[in-house]
Amino acid sequence: MLRRYLAKRLLVAIPSLVIASLIVFTLPRLIPGDVVVLMLAEKAYAKDLEELRAKLGLDRPLPVQYVEWLGRVARGDLGESLWTKRPVLEEIGQRLPLTVELALLGLTFALMIAVPVGVISAARQDTVQDYLARSAAILGLSVPGFWLATLLIVLPAIWWGWRPVSGFVEFSRDAIGHVTQLLLPALILGIATGAALMRLTRGMLLEVLRQDYVRTAWAKGLTERVIVMKHGLRNAIIPVVTLLGTQLPQIIGGTVIIETVFGLPGMSRFLFDAILQRDYPVIQGVNLVVVSVVVLVNLAVDALYAVLDPRIRY
Amino acid sequence: MARIRWRRQSRRSNREREARTAADSEQASLAPALRTVNARVEIPEQLAGSKTALEHDQAWLSALRGLGRFIRRKPLGALGAVIVVVMLVMAAFAERIAPYGYDDTIRGARMKAPSAAHWLGTDNLSRDMWSRIVYGARVSITVGFGTIGLAVLLATAVGVSSGYFGGAYDLVVQRVVDAWLSFPYLVIVLSVMAVLGPGLLNVVMALAILIAAVNSRVIRGATITVAQSTYVEAARAVGCGHARIIARHILPNVTATIIILATIGLGTAILAESALSFLGFGVPPPYPAWGAMLSGSGRTYMFRAPWMAIWPGVAISLAVFGFNMLGDALRDVLDPRLRGLAR
Repeated sequence: MLRRYLAKRLLVAIPSLVIASLIVFTLPRLIPGDVVVLMLAEKAYAKDLEELRAKLGLDRPLPVQYVEWLGRVARGDLGESLWTKRPVLEEIGQRLPLTVELALLGLTFALMIAVPVGVISAARQDTVQDYLARSAAILGLSVPGFWLATLLIVLPAIWWGWRPVSGFVEFSRDAIGHVTQLLLPALILGIATGAALMRLTRGMLLEVLRQDYVRTAWAKGLTERVIVMKHGLRNAIIPVVTLLGTQLPQIIGGTVIIETVFGLPGMSRFLFDAILQRDYPVIQGVNLVVVSVVVLVNLAVDALYAVLDPRIRY
Repeated sequence: MARIRWRRQSRRSNREREARTAADSEQASLAPALRTVNARVEIPEQLAGSKTALEHDQAWLSALRGLGRFIRRKPLGALGAVIVVVMLVMAAFAERIAPYGYDDTIRGARMKAPSAAHWLGTDNLSRDMWSRIVYGARVSITVGFGTIGLAVLLATAVGVSSGYFGGAYDLVVQRVVDAWLSFPYLVIVLSVMAVLGPGLLNVVMALAILIAAVNSRVIRGATITVAQSTYVEAARAVGCGHARIIARHILPNVTATIIILATIGLGTAILAESALSFLGFGVPPPYPAWGAMLSGSGRTYMFRAPWMAIWPGVAISLAVFGFNMLGDALRDVLDPRLRGLAR
């Protein structure tokens, strides 16, 4: 049963991936005017127009280009960076781990803040704690991450003369130093997501705590702890898991800013540089990798539902 | 299954809402009668001409009373509304509010700390920060409202048609929306900006497409609920065409949803615009966008002149906070069913 559900879900994911790949493929080709002329004029990526056009495969009909491109992608060939002249897949492979690390740490922070605060806020509805938590959540959704990052660098420097160490520490050289330097960026990355998750946790838990079976649980004389955690949270957590899946693209989007601000050499920073340099194979490659990751994670999230709630079968 | 359960729930609350509206309309139908009775009792014949004026006053009074109720029940929402109004005024009358132009260099006032003469200090090009922040509101408001206007149009067209017609059309459209939603917004917007190039209009277009995708989902959901209701069935039975049903029955009933989405979306749009400006893909200088003020020189001089990096961020946070608070309160008042909605 579970297997059939997963198979069906996989079938639905395929068209999304195909359309996403079409978007990735068309985007650089939507440019008003001729990209090639622009690229040649700006960066002199090749000797002449024809050569660059052939290099990008732009001299053939669009559908042919798309099918060929898909074929190459399926073989793991994402083309070559115009800037560094190295295979895009290799370049991404080097930088992806850092971005994944950052995103996972960010999500962990978000969950660690959101679920406990959301539970307390719902269990103590309309108390001072609740108001504080809710205001903090809206504030967390309103404060731009890049500003927070700037403040966290500037204020300690002004107050205590403490400045962050510059320079990136590789994991292989100093594992603890490597993770430590990621903590602050990941925390900032997780704040907005944490705020959204907290609001949802609170809302869903409030709804569940009004159910009849919760009243029955109270009447049975169970402790608040058991009622809130076992009867409440377990039934309220599914939408939170969904949101976690949909927040993933936002977290990855956030890494663009965080990696830029903190000078971390991850994939998003690479994408940003590629955008500045109009390095289209890289833009396409990173977009494709990101979209595939997001679609796959959402698939995993759906599979997780079936485990969390045996009633769910499509 | 999940969707079916959700639909059933929303159908139930829809029924409740219908019941509520029925009760309201009963009161409403009684109200004019009561008012005429009052008018007959209190107003002598010769003053009958002032009756409309009186009714006008009453309408004003009830609007004021409604406002008072909103402030009492949703103090944070009211605070949000105040912030939004202040921002609108700043954007509209920037020339009168700002003591200097946004690009005026003031002799001998380079990177001065906040003082009576320059409330928020001056930047590395000797420009008054307060004036730049005031003018910056104009960028944020223009981009925010432009984006949301376009996004709402797109989202309503896609969401309502998809929810109303359903079938294969819905399936195809929703897969496209799925695909859009799989992209991190900053990644796709930056990629689009790389294609379009920087500029106000391009920022608006890039952000609008994205926000429209998110919103169309919600509007589609609301449309499905409305389209299943008995009054739409009745309208169809009477022989109304699709266009009439959509215009007269569907759209008015999803308006609340659209207003809420637009208010919350304004905050999102302003935040996204500031991020784009921060990364250098926003409105080109010297026009002061808050996000751009935080990057470049704002970061270069942040240790020597921290006010350059602090105030623009405060402005962004306050603006987004205001729209979020207002949107939250509006949602609670207009359509509590949307409460679970992640922004």
